[in-house]
Order: sequence, then C-alpha cells, then structure tokens
Amino acid sequence: MPLRTAKPKTVNTIAAGSLLSINDLSLDEISSLFSLATQLEAMPHVKRVKRLDGHKIALLFYESSTRTRTSFELAAKSLGAMTTLVSDKSSSIEKGESLHDTGVTLRALGAEAIILRSNLSGAPWVLARSTQLPVLNAGDGMHEHPSQALLDLRTMLVRLGLAKKALNEKTLRGVTITITGDILHSRVARSNAMLLPRLGARVVLCGPEALLPEQALALSPGVTIERDFNRALSQATVAMMLRIQRERLVGMEIDAAQYIDCYQLNTERLAAFAPKALVMHPGPMVRGMEIDSAVADGPQSAVQEQVHHGLVVRMALLDRAFNGGRA
Amino acid sequence: MKTLLKNGRLIDPASKTDALHDILIDNGMVAAIEKAKSIKMEKGTEVIDCAGLVVSPGFIDLHVHLREPGQTHKETIRTGTMAAAAGGFTTVCAMPNTTPVNDSTEITEWMQHADRGASVHVLPVPSATVCSMGEKLTDYAALKRAGAVAVSDDGKPILGDSIMRAALVLAAKNNLPVSQHAEDTRLTGGCSMHAGDVSFRLGLRGMTVEAESSIVERDIRLCEEIERKEKLRPHLHVQHVSTERALDAIRAAKKRGLHLTCEVAPHHFALTDEAIAESGAGHNTQGAYDSRFKMNPPLRTESDRQACIAGLLDGTVDCIATDHAPHAHHEKNVEFERAPNGITGLETALGLALRILHMQHGMSLMDTLRLLTSGPSQVFSLAGTGRCAIGQAADLTLFEPATVYPYNANTSFSKSRNTPFHDIAMQGRIRRTLVRGKSVFNM
Repeated sequence: MPLRTAKPKTVNTIAAGSLLSINDLSLDEISSLFSLATQLEAMPHVKRVKRLDGHKIALLFYESSTRTRTSFELAAKSLGAMTTLVSDKSSSIEKGESLHDTGVTLRALGAEAIILRSNLSGAPWVLARSTQLPVLNAGDGMHEHPSQALLDLRTMLVRLGLAKKALNEKTLRGVTITITGDILHSRVARSNAMLLPRLGARVVLCGPEALLPEQALALSPGVTIERDFNRALSQATVAMMLRIQRERLVGMEIDAAQYIDCYQLNTERLAAFAPKALVMHPGPMVRGMEIDSAVADGPQSAVQEQVHHGLVVRMALLDRAFNGGRA
Repeated sequence: MKTLLKNGRLIDPASKTDALHDILIDNGMVAAIEKAKSIKMEKGTEVIDCAGLVVSPGFIDLHVHLREPGQTHKETIRTGTMAAAAGGFTTVCAMPNTTPVNDSTEITEWMQHADRGASVHVLPVPSATVCSMGEKLTDYAALKRAGAVAVSDDGKPILGDSIMRAALVLAAKNNLPVSQHAEDTRLTGGCSMHAGDVSFRLGLRGMTVEAESSIVERDIRLCEEIERKEKLRPHLHVQHVSTERALDAIRAAKKRGLHLTCEVAPHHFALTDEAIAESGAGHNTQGAYDSRFKMNPPLRTESDRQACIAGLLDGTVDCIATDHAPHAHHEKNVEFERAPNGITGLETALGLALRILHMQHGMSLMDTLRLLTSGPSQVFSLAGTGRCAIGQAADLTLFEPATVYPYNANTSFSKSRNTPFHDIAMQGRIRRTLVRGKSVFNM
C-alpha cells in the first residue's frame, strides 16, 4: 500500500457549512437541505429576509455565468444578506492577485461566506483552506458543480413524484438518467454521476470517445457507458443533455454536422426512443447543436424548472452555511 | 586533527563490507579501517561513539535543484546543502534550471565557489543546450573541465531527434552522461497530474504514461543507432522514472548492453496519484488538491509504484535521486493547476527508503544503501565518492537504522517546506554527516 499521509493534521480544516464536493453531503444532509428549501420557499418574505439579515456574502467569479451567479445572488438577497460580486475582469485578479490573497481580502472586508466559480479544478479547496470561511463551490473547472447536482436532483424528485419522502439509497431505484455530450469537460456530469447512483439510480453516460473516455467509469460503480445515443435514450427516465464546452476543447476538433447527426436530442429522436422521458439541460443550451428548440421548449422539458429549483436549493445552501442547516 | 569513529557498524556497499569497525580519519581522509577496538588511540584524537549506529559512505544525490543563481527565495546553495547534510548526503548534483540557466563555465564555476557556503560537495549538471532551449548544444568539453559531471535540460526535455542525437554524440566524445527528463511536453500541455481514473474524477488534465515512455524509447533508439553508426558509446541517464512502461524499456535496453542508467525518486515508490484526491473518513474531501503532491513526473498508479519498487529490487534502477525541488509557500499555495511542480526531498530520502524498501519489501540494508552511495557514484563516475576506503575523503553518514520518527518539515534546513511527508513516519535517523572528516550535520 502507498503511504497514507496525515492531511487532517497538516492542512487547515475546512469550515462547516462549506459545500465543495457533492460527496461532502450525506443523503440525510441532502434530505434536510431539501426540506429546508421547501420551508424557505414557502416562507413569507418578511420572515425570510431575517434568516441572514445583515450577513455579508461575496460572490467570487473567475468565469462567466448567468444562472448560477444570479440565482446565488438572488438567493442570498432573498434571505436578507448583503452580497458583493468580484469577477476576474475589473478586479485586482487582473493584476495577478492570487486566490489566497483575494480570499483573505474579502474576509477582511467582512465577507462571512464566499461563493466561488473558478475555471480551475480544486480552487474551492484552496480558498476554503486559506480563508477558513464557508465556501460554496459554484463550479470549479472540469471538476464539480455540486449545487447544480442538487437542483437537478430536486427537479427530478418533483417531476417523478418522489419529493415527499426522505432520501435513501433506494429513492431512485429503477430510474435511469442518461447524460449525453461533452462529459470530459463537464463538472455537471461529474457531480451528477457521483450523486445519483447513491440514491439507487443508474447513470448512463453517452458521447463519443473523445468527449467521454473510459475513465469516466471511475466516477461511481453505478455508472455505465453507452456510445449509441438511441440505445441510451431508449433506457432513459431522464435525458440530460450537455453543451460542448468549446472554451475547454484546447485544440480538439468536433465536427458539428456529425455530432448533430449522432447526438442531437431532437423531436424525432425523442418521440422514437424516449417519448416519456424528462428532458433536462443545465444550460447554457446551444440550440440546434445538442438540443433542438422544439425539445428544449417542449412539454417533456424541465429546463425552466431546473432554474427555479436552483434558486431554492441555493437559498437552502446559504442558510445552511450560516445556520448549520437548522430550519 | 584525527577523529576516530568507534564501534560503528560499517556498511560499505562498494566493498560489500558489513561489520563492526573503527574508522580513523586523519586530515579529512580515511586513514584506517580496523576491527572494532583494534585501533590504538593517540592523544588528542577526537572520538565519536558510533555504538548502535550504521556508518555508511556519504549519500549521493544525482538530482537536486539548489535554485542558485537567481531563485534564492526558494533555496540557496548554502541552505540546500544544509538540508542535504541533514539527510545524510555528502554530494549533490545541481540541475541547471536556475536563473539564468547554467549553460556556461562561468556559472558552473560560480556554483562551486567556496563563497557559496556549501556544506557538502556540489557537482553541477549544466544544460545540454544553450538556455535549455533544445536548439544549440553547449560546450561540453569546457563544461567538463569546469566541473560538470553530466549535462541535462531537466524540466525541458530535448524533444528534437537530431539535437538529442547530437547531444548524445558530443557527450559520448567527452565521456559525459546525458541526463534526460523523459517527457514529451507536446503531449502534456496544461496537465498537472497522471492521466487516469483519478485525474478524470478530479477534473484535471493528465500526463499519459506514453508521454514519458515514448521519450525513453526514442532515446534508446538513438543510443542504439549511435553505437551502430558512430562507433561511440553514449551514456543515457533517465531521470526520475515513474512508469512501468518506461522501466520495461530501460530493463530491455540494459539487457541489450546499452550504456543506460536510471534513477527513481522516493515519492514515486512511496505515493500514488490517489494522494491528490485522498479523502479522510466518510465523504470528507478536505485534503484534496494539495499542491504538495504535485511534481513532475507526477505520482502514478499503484502498479507503476510497484514497478518502481520492482526495478529498485532487481537492479534495473541504479540509484535513488530525490529531485529536491524547493518552492516558496506562496508559490505552492495556489490552485493545483497553477502550482509549480516539485517537492523537497533531501531530508526524507533515507527515511522513506528504509521504511518502504528495507522494511516493507525486504531489501537488505546493504542494497538500500547501495542505491544512495556506490550506485549513484558509478552512474556519474564520481571518483572518490560512494565508498569508505583508506585514502579516500572521509565523506561519511552516521545513522540510527531502527529509529522510527515523524518527519517535521518545520525544522527543515531547506528554505522551503513543500513536502508531502510532514508528520509521516520515517525509519532511520541521521545522527551525523561528515564531509572530508568535518561534521556538517550533527544531532
């Protein structure tokens, strides 16, 4: 056996209330988080704004974002917190300030929690160790997007009529989720592929070899690979589509026409192979590429609900960061 | 001035000695080696009681980064050699990726100057090409006269076939080894760890096994061709081998009689890429993405680690080399992908070798020490090093072989603390290091 290293002793510990990896949460914790989300969603505005009244939350974004940034910000504000946005453009990050220094500066300014989006995998660990503040991972490089996995799960549970019960390892037994497209570069795929099998789901990954290497099987024992999209779709309870991340391809060439031919979720394919499946997409969508408009806007699509659940789940995550998850 | 090392267990792999011997040092040289208690004491002789200690030839490290000139915030020749002495090393070979790159006789001589304050022997390994740019060869004959023991573009491998061939030819004519960092950097852009299951899980781009082995295989082909066509005998030394595939290529080429040598670094026989993802109890990931586990070549899989150990055991690997690579805390305290490669290693080499090779894998003390003494001495033909013999400089290392203790990076003599082995149990504690009979480390 290789040496085990004594990290907990030598590395600064990570503040409670952080969410760095989806693996940091037990199913019980996710259950409580979801019931907290439900309570917060139903809470009258005047009561809700007292939850984090006067607290300061920094959003630190090294990558562009619409959904994640806005929903974290609105979630924080609807709980009464003050927020400030620091992005890599128009800040000292452009002058070369390190993540460590940026983090401790935000802390010195009174930030009590930091929401971090980074183009570098693992960045939230560095920030959490540097600042000792609760850090919420809003997407790190190609690694993870844990709040997205939570909002995707809540979307599925609601649409499949499973939202009322506490979660356990059988909750999604018999449910198959296909995740199709650019798995290699997708933090959404990684977080979902690690989370969903823990609830008993089958996760089928689909895509060409270049975007879906065999190593993906190491994400979880509940993951399989199916290269043929039609065969994958025919098993799908939920069909999750992913965008090709052109910004991360580094020289890799994808033939768009061939990709559309093999992997686009369009009306004909959906009708032929998955007429009942729930269609999900974390966004941003490239209409006409991985998904066509009729499917994206069609009755099977849960794309808008995903965005809504994102807001609610992020409220719960922020509340947990400060109040330890107690309602 | 005479010193008597009394009652120590001399283990000298070069002469296959393993016995209780007294060693008399006179004027920095070994003057006598006799059965315990048979050397007559003269008045005024300093006596060092070595009861319970192993007395070994001083260790030799063919691969260190002393960061001087130009990167003195990471390390200096003075601090780096103090760390070397604390780790039992009496000779270290300094890689050329300094600022500026050591590609000249001036820098080569400057590094060896007494003003640098080295406490152990520093043998420069200048660059094989000007500025390590892989385009124009440096002046090997002049560099050798100035003290070069090998040439290397460490960290910036020589990719062009024709320039690598020219380097091997010129080095062969000058009796110098070409020490190659085997990595096809055209395949590893943006990569920060080994390519495999763990890198996929962590969302980090990975360096493939082939990026290492393809360069080793290419260099072997070049050596064979040069032997055939030029009637020369080039010496290729492969640095810090980390993959089973490269080791297999080296083993086969050695069998064919090529002049090929290689080294393995302690972290590659101690750790695997899982350490970068390592989570504590349950789903705890708090130790993940720790840049103290980032070096190049990267930590590989368990089967590669086992292959390194097998290569050390069967003689495919000629020596242990630390690749001591100090970096300042603020340089390492960044996102994993942005952190510089490298870890310190001089003070943990013996502790890991004894713990893993000797204790866990049954390698004899003699063979373990060979990898730190006569092994590396032969690789770079370092006359007067690597053995304990009458008439030789008294470069000796005294250590307690059975002591197990946790390594404390905070007490390191290096300027830097970037080691993954803080608080890790080491076996074998260095008690004293002698260079030319003088104690350069003593605890």
